[in-house]
Amino acid sequence: MPRKIKRIYLDYAATTPVDPRVLKAMEPYFSEKFGNTMSLHSFGQEAKTALEESREIVADLMGAKPSEIIFTSSATESNNLALKGVAFANRNKGNHIIISSIEHACIMESAKWLERQGFEITRLKVDKYGLVDPDEVKKAIKKETILVSIMHANNEIGTIEPIEEIGKICKERGVYFHTDAAQSFGKIPINVNKMNIDLMTVSSHKMYGPKGAAALFVREGTKIEPILHGGGHEMGLRSSTVNVAAIVGFAEACKIAKKEMEKEAKRLTKLRDKLIKGVLEKIPGSYLNGHPTKRLPNNANFWFEGVEGESIVIQLDLLGIAASTGSACSSEKLEPSYVLLAIGLRPEQAHGSLRLSLGRWTTEKDIDYALEVLPKVIKRLRKISPIK
Amino acid sequence: MPIYSKTIIEHFKRPRNVGKIKNASGIGEAGNILCGDVMKLYLKIEKNKKGEEIIKDIKFETLGCIVAIANTSLLTTMVKGKTIKEALKIKKDDLIKELGQPLPPFKIHCSVLALDALKEAIYNYYQKEKIKIPEDLEKEHQRIVKTKEEIERRYKEFRELEREVLE
Repeated sequence: MPRKIKRIYLDYAATTPVDPRVLKAMEPYFSEKFGNTMSLHSFGQEAKTALEESREIVADLMGAKPSEIIFTSSATESNNLALKGVAFANRNKGNHIIISSIEHACIMESAKWLERQGFEITRLKVDKYGLVDPDEVKKAIKKETILVSIMHANNEIGTIEPIEEIGKICKERGVYFHTDAAQSFGKIPINVNKMNIDLMTVSSHKMYGPKGAAALFVREGTKIEPILHGGGHEMGLRSSTVNVAAIVGFAEACKIAKKEMEKEAKRLTKLRDKLIKGVLEKIPGSYLNGHPTKRLPNNANFWFEGVEGESIVIQLDLLGIAASTGSACSSEKLEPSYVLLAIGLRPEQAHGSLRLSLGRWTTEKDIDYALEVLPKVIKRLRKISPIK
Repeated sequence: MPIYSKTIIEHFKRPRNVGKIKNASGIGEAGNILCGDVMKLYLKIEKNKKGEEIIKDIKFETLGCIVAIANTSLLTTMVKGKTIKEALKIKKDDLIKELGQPLPPFKIHCSVLALDALKEAIYNYYQKEKIKIPEDLEKEHQRIVKTKEEIERRYKEFRELEREVLE
């Protein structure tokens, strides 16, 4: 029998396991309280009550009003609704939208699609840490600008953007401000009023809730068109039979985050910094991607000289560690991660990148194990390589 | 089903014939660091009693993804002890078949690269020994060189575009 290796999950930025407390809260909503929120009978009303209670809890974690929360199925859907919905509702005002060059693919692709529909897109560059300069936002806003969309924290390199300042600028200029907070919500504090946010994307499965639930915060009075037309669910902005069980789970995850976030962020920051320091010390030719301090408590991202990212990920997986690479081996195409290229990495450097993301069940022992294994993995792969 | 076959994982975990050969009869390189894959093959060629050229020893070095490493490792085991003529008959589909699973389309390139490195090593041997290069091999060599140039050209274009966007 082969020796059983321990399995360590260091890919919480991809998705998180459902917290057992969340699962417990969801359980009654499958076979017992299964009603359709639009039904008038008691089954329906039971579901409707659960939905509205969930709305209050999710709103509470970001300082919003419950009526400003639109539940969707995914962060991708929320981001699509924010960009396309605001673009089409405000066409008479202007056709210019500002985003950053390191947004998640669902923002990038929505923007590209809007470009084909006649909208003008400005993609702001970022500095070597992945930070957007608020002054650049100010300069880019013109009279046709209807929306600025800058993510709160980057999914690959974990950099936290100065969204409070950007929000202030947008407010002064009378431009809607959307932020994709899928990676940060429930991990670091967010207040939509303090940060002058008009629209915000949040996701359940990145914060120990189930997949299939997400939300878009839409500030009262914001002009926005739905993309899904039908029975008029979610204040007419998102028709579809409501996924009550998943939303109840999402709310429970928010409840837990509210209680535990502050302490957990401190604990993870300590583990993250131990990991970063350890890797940079133990592995020659290793570099941190992203900002040393303005980064998510749970994100570490490196690039290694003379190694290919997918090989690192597979080798780590064989040793029980689940990690991720920002760069797919697409041999013939020169297509490493656009985020890493945007922060100034050369393609050959971006190919050697690795993301380790921590979470609720990551222990110091896990970090120690990763620090024991990773240097050996890099050393071994470099030994096979023709480029020394 | 796991993403990669047992054979791929096995060759990745324990790659065969890793390293260099001193005073190699021929050295071949394929791929490009810019795309994330580089393969280098070293050949030791000797003649047998019949006067045929035999790949007496072969070693490789690869920078790349797991499929790239597995492909080169597997190829070395397939050609070791074979005549050059036999080695040149191996096609990418033979490699893929040996790997034991259909590769995702963008990984097929890894098998092509491993064979390219072998062809280049044999080409290098012929050149060194001033042996007349068969027409097929000459064609392949031209294609490999052209691909390399193409990648470098695209990289340059890409860098220029990047500068335009960023500056």
